[in-house]
Amino acid sequence: MTINRRLFIGTGAAMLAAPMVRAAGHGMPRVVVVGGGAGGATAARYIAKDSDGAIDVTLIEPTRTYFTCFFSNLYLGGFKEIDDLGHTYGTLASDYGVNVVHDWAIGVDRDAKTVALAGGGRVPYDKLILSPGIDFVDGSVPGWDLSSQNAMPHAYKGGSQTELLKAQVMAMPEGGTFAMIAPPNPYRCPPGPYERISMVAYWLSQNNPTAKILVSDPKDKFSKQGLFEEGWQKYYGGMIERIGPDFGAENTSVDVAAMTIDIDGSVENVDVCNVIPAMKAGRIAELAGVTDGNWAPVNPDDMSSKVDPDIYVLGDASEQGDMPKSGFSANSQAKVCANAIRGALTDSRVFPAKFSNTCWSLISENDGVKVGANYEPADGKISSTGGFVSQKGEDAALRKATYEESEGWYAGITADMFG
Amino acid sequence: MTRGACIRASTIGLALVVQASWAHALGNIENGESLFRQCAGCHEVGEGARNRVGPQLNGIFGRTAGTIEGFRYSNAFERAGAKGLEWHAEELDVFLENPKQLVPGTRMSFRGFKDPVQRADVIAYLRQYSDSPSDLPEADATATATDHDLAPEILALEGDAEYGEYLSSECTTCHQIDGADAGIPSIVFWPETDFVVAMHAYKNKRREHPVMNMIAGRLNEEEIAALAAYFSNLEN
Ligand SMILES: Cc1cc2nc3c(=O)[nH]c(=O)nc-3n(C[C@H](O)[C@H](O)[C@H](O)COP(=O)(O)OP(=O)(O)OC[C@H]3O[C@@H](n4cnc5c(N)ncnc54)[C@H](O)[C@@H]3O)c2cc1C
Repeated sequence: MTINRRLFIGTGAAMLAAPMVRAAGHGMPRVVVVGGGAGGATAARYIAKDSDGAIDVTLIEPTRTYFTCFFSNLYLGGFKEIDDLGHTYGTLASDYGVNVVHDWAIGVDRDAKTVALAGGGRVPYDKLILSPGIDFVDGSVPGWDLSSQNAMPHAYKGGSQTELLKAQVMAMPEGGTFAMIAPPNPYRCPPGPYERISMVAYWLSQNNPTAKILVSDPKDKFSKQGLFEEGWQKYYGGMIERIGPDFGAENTSVDVAAMTIDIDGSVENVDVCNVIPAMKAGRIAELAGVTDGNWAPVNPDDMSSKVDPDIYVLGDASEQGDMPKSGFSANSQAKVCANAIRGALTDSRVFPAKFSNTCWSLISENDGVKVGANYEPADGKISSTGGFVSQKGEDAALRKATYEESEGWYAGITADMFG
Repeated sequence: MTRGACIRASTIGLALVVQASWAHALGNIENGESLFRQCAGCHEVGEGARNRVGPQLNGIFGRTAGTIEGFRYSNAFERAGAKGLEWHAEELDVFLENPKQLVPGTRMSFRGFKDPVQRADVIAYLRQYSDSPSDLPEADATATATDHDLAPEILALEGDAEYGEYLSSECTTCHQIDGADAGIPSIVFWPETDFVVAMHAYKNKRREHPVMNMIAGRLNEEEIAALAAYFSNLEN
């Protein structure tokens, strides 16, 4: 067993106050978290922080710096630097005593209750949290597979993909075409593709104003559609063309070598092609055997898997009900889960589950909008209990305030994840 | 005066003539009074002023930072005081330009008055409440009118701070627990009454803000009291 720094340096009083623990025949109860993103980092931090050293928390995450997808569109628009989006795990280790292991989880033995690491070795758990985010569904865009992601980036996982897409936009010839293949439902961040279109349009309108944006979208409608379309009209009139299912968008393929996109038989040469394929739970969820179809069904009271009560699935990978797949949602779910796990492993109080989400999007400089809702468990799923959305035609001051609020949210959630 | 303040103040002095004439030309008290509304959410000054989210500001001139009895300062402020930061016009000027510059780690989540004339006006306004040798007498607690019609039972509810801690995790997605303000205001160390009044105002939509109306809307009286109990009494 690893010695938890928190316990080690904890004051005598804190140790006396440490709650009774229930671990199966070994010392301190062990929680293993796979994935240090919005769900996993939050869960690790809350369990370690609130249990005050009474639970041993290990976080398995391959990357040393987590680049958020949230605000990555603002980077494409030129409002953020890539470094603004990077966060490290140092504080989780030093201030909260989380054992951070930089490795991939490659399998879960549910009988032995261990997680296998790519670097060798197994990590035992009493409770396992999976928050691996998304992977892509093979073959969802004919002509594209993961080996094409450099020629046609998805930029739907943070970091290098985002940088690559930005570099390609910056290298577009004058009057060139940026194409996006938008994903089918359900996918991470419902407004994400449309905020991206707004931000690419913003950058192009400043730097390459005769460029065009072509969107092939298999969905009839999308999140905050009225708000986005109003903004596109206002700021980027004529630059953006969106082709929906009524014009055959579900029948879209690409030719990576030729840099063409074929929408229902009409073939276009493009300069940048942002392919956002259909999504599914991060592969480790499937390897753990907790998925049903593309996602991992969970119980709405504590995010535990419907398949295995000692495994919890957070964030994008989970199928929970009405919450959108967002960083805010993953963070909210993580706290409910952390409270439930602490209750199960120590005698701490368990409070009723409450969830919430708000997603801000930037349409143009200082023009922010938002959509949000509350959720509670009902009818075996997480159910919406009411929400709000920004209105069309709001004045500039309100939109600016909304944008500034999103900056506050970004600072808040990243502090909440990484300490 | 701390070294930091000294350096900052003299740089400002070089750049802006207004600063050079500090001692002679105090700012405009009336303007200062209206600017002070931006501070009044947290600070009281004048007769009966009490410590709220921030300390009361009577008698601030000449006072060592972080020394008002009964006010819970941030560690940062206690350190600044221990190092001898004393409030005079120049220190206040530097502080009000950007609080975190003079006292890094302060919980004061105010982005600062960038305009030196505005700072001079606020300082002139504050100055009025410092001239008497000792602080003005404290009035009893009912002196401050807070605009609400909450039933006394609601205000009297004793919050369950442990429940509040759990509920607070919904707040800390946006409001930073160390009190930093990067576009969303700080909610830490608010006096419980203020917290309860504000949350009920959001709940009843007497204060307009879609996110807060939504969040507060589903909290019941006990839950609001629990949050107030937790946030008013965080450990440093
Ligand atoms: C362009 C874009 C914009 C967005 N904007 C917003 C926004 O404004 N607001 C918002 O709330 N959300 C936004 N999102 C959505 C948000 O990024 C995700 O919903 C959120 O990150 C989901 O959290 P998660 O914990 O499920 O997964 P992630 O945050 O993706 O974390 C998963 C982590 O697991 C790790 N991992 C995966 N597999 C393994 C394994 N086998 N072993 C170990 N580690 C593994 C990965 O390295 C990764 O760090 C946006 C997304 C995109 C793409």
